[in-house]
Amino acid sequence: MTSLVRALVASAAVLVALVLQVTVFPYVAWHGIVPNLVMLVVVAAALTRGAQFAAVLGFAAGVVLDLAPPADHVAGQWALALVLVGYLAGRVQQEVRPSAIGVVATVAASSFVGTSVFALLGMLLGEARLDVPGLLGVILVAVIWDVLLTPFVLPPLMGMFRRLEPQRERVLA
Amino acid sequence: MGDLHRTRERRWRSSSGLDSRRRPSRALLVALLLASVSLMTLDHQGGDDSPLEPARRVTGELFGPLETGLAAAVRPVGAVPGWFRTHDEMRAELTALESENAQLRTEVARSGFDRNRLEEYDGLMTAAENLGYALIPARVVAVGASQSFSRTVTIDAGTDAGLHADLTVVNDDGLVGRVLRVTRDTATVLLVVDSGSVVGGRVGSSMEMGFLEGRGAVGDAGLLDLELVDQAEVPAKHDVVVTWGSEGGAPYVSGVPVGRVGAVYSSLRETTQRAEIEPFVDFGALDLVGVVVPSGTRSDRALVETDGSLQ
Repeated sequence: MTSLVRALVASAAVLVALVLQVTVFPYVAWHGIVPNLVMLVVVAAALTRGAQFAAVLGFAAGVVLDLAPPADHVAGQWALALVLVGYLAGRVQQEVRPSAIGVVATVAASSFVGTSVFALLGMLLGEARLDVPGLLGVILVAVIWDVLLTPFVLPPLMGMFRRLEPQRERVLA
Repeated sequence: MGDLHRTRERRWRSSSGLDSRRRPSRALLVALLLASVSLMTLDHQGGDDSPLEPARRVTGELFGPLETGLAAAVRPVGAVPGWFRTHDEMRAELTALESENAQLRTEVARSGFDRNRLEEYDGLMTAAENLGYALIPARVVAVGASQSFSRTVTIDAGTDAGLHADLTVVNDDGLVGRVLRVTRDTATVLLVVDSGSVVGGRVGSSMEMGFLEGRGAVGDAGLLDLELVDQAEVPAKHDVVVTWGSEGGAPYVSGVPVGRVGAVYSSLRETTQRAEIEPFVDFGALDLVGVVVPSGTRSDRALVETDGSLQ
């Protein structure tokens, strides 16, 4: 029952993040680059619920990000990138309550890894003709965006995931 | 006291359970990675009739209304900075324009958001009249992130409005792109600035034909590359490039203005010409667009006919 609630809440968070990312944030986008809110949800899950949960959530979120309009790249690219992000962020952050700097550093590293993996996969599949300086520019701006949004997005998300932890519920019961 | 002790004990036990929970399963990671790779292989090999196309459609049916709804809610707020931006641009243009024209434009800029929207529709009607094609008006409700390295948008018209894949999308400035796929009430549009987009173009003054390829960027860097079929021809600066149209008008109809020739690069060694085209459309601020459809198409909304009237 609780795992069902957890799955529902996590998918709701991904859904809201995705719709905001494609609908609201283009108004403030810099050269079309918007903060990757879906990835922030996965990182928040990784920091509170560990690598395994985050990797599964990353896969699900990535598939939705690959399929929902207006996406038009080869499906599976964001899925793979976010599985890696979830797993790595969960492995790096082993403490129960990570510090603020720890969270920001994890977000920055995750954003870098996620966008880079996506871009490299696109290059491997011959999807995008990209030059390396332009690519690095996009990745850098994406990292800055994600870090800028971290103080506003990560604390509520992490609080939400922490409240859903099964251990706590057992203690309270 | 004993109760507290037991709770603490439980807490300890649960935190050791926490450790086991935090040790992730490697098999699961490998399974997820393999699943992603299989998705990519399936989609990449499948091409246009990829087995994931139905899944895309279902996701589109689900997310389309959400995106449309939220976009409608935030549009008045989002339009505020855009309104000031157009105001700024108008200020810059004022010096160059005749005083009468200037007065008219400030009047327009002074009026509210609704007037702006009305003006846009007027523009679309003029576009329909100038191009000689019937248009279905639609609004951009979602924009793909640059991190995905593809330039696509979602519009709020789908099969209910009479759309299908491979239709030309324009706005009052010029060519926007083409419809990739449709759901019941949304459609995904590939912008011409996408790095995978190729449009047949014709230089207005010389009627020379060539191919326009996007660079995958928006904003100032959102240029198109023109390669002429006849390599000996040099396009003149500021020449207008229009589409030459595909067979049967799909995916691109002919005669839609795309952009103006900016810089021209010629390589003597390879004897090729490459011209940069500055598109007329501002892809960073897309809102109202028109989808070119055959006149008399059955649609759930008003159709802008070729004579500029609403049907």
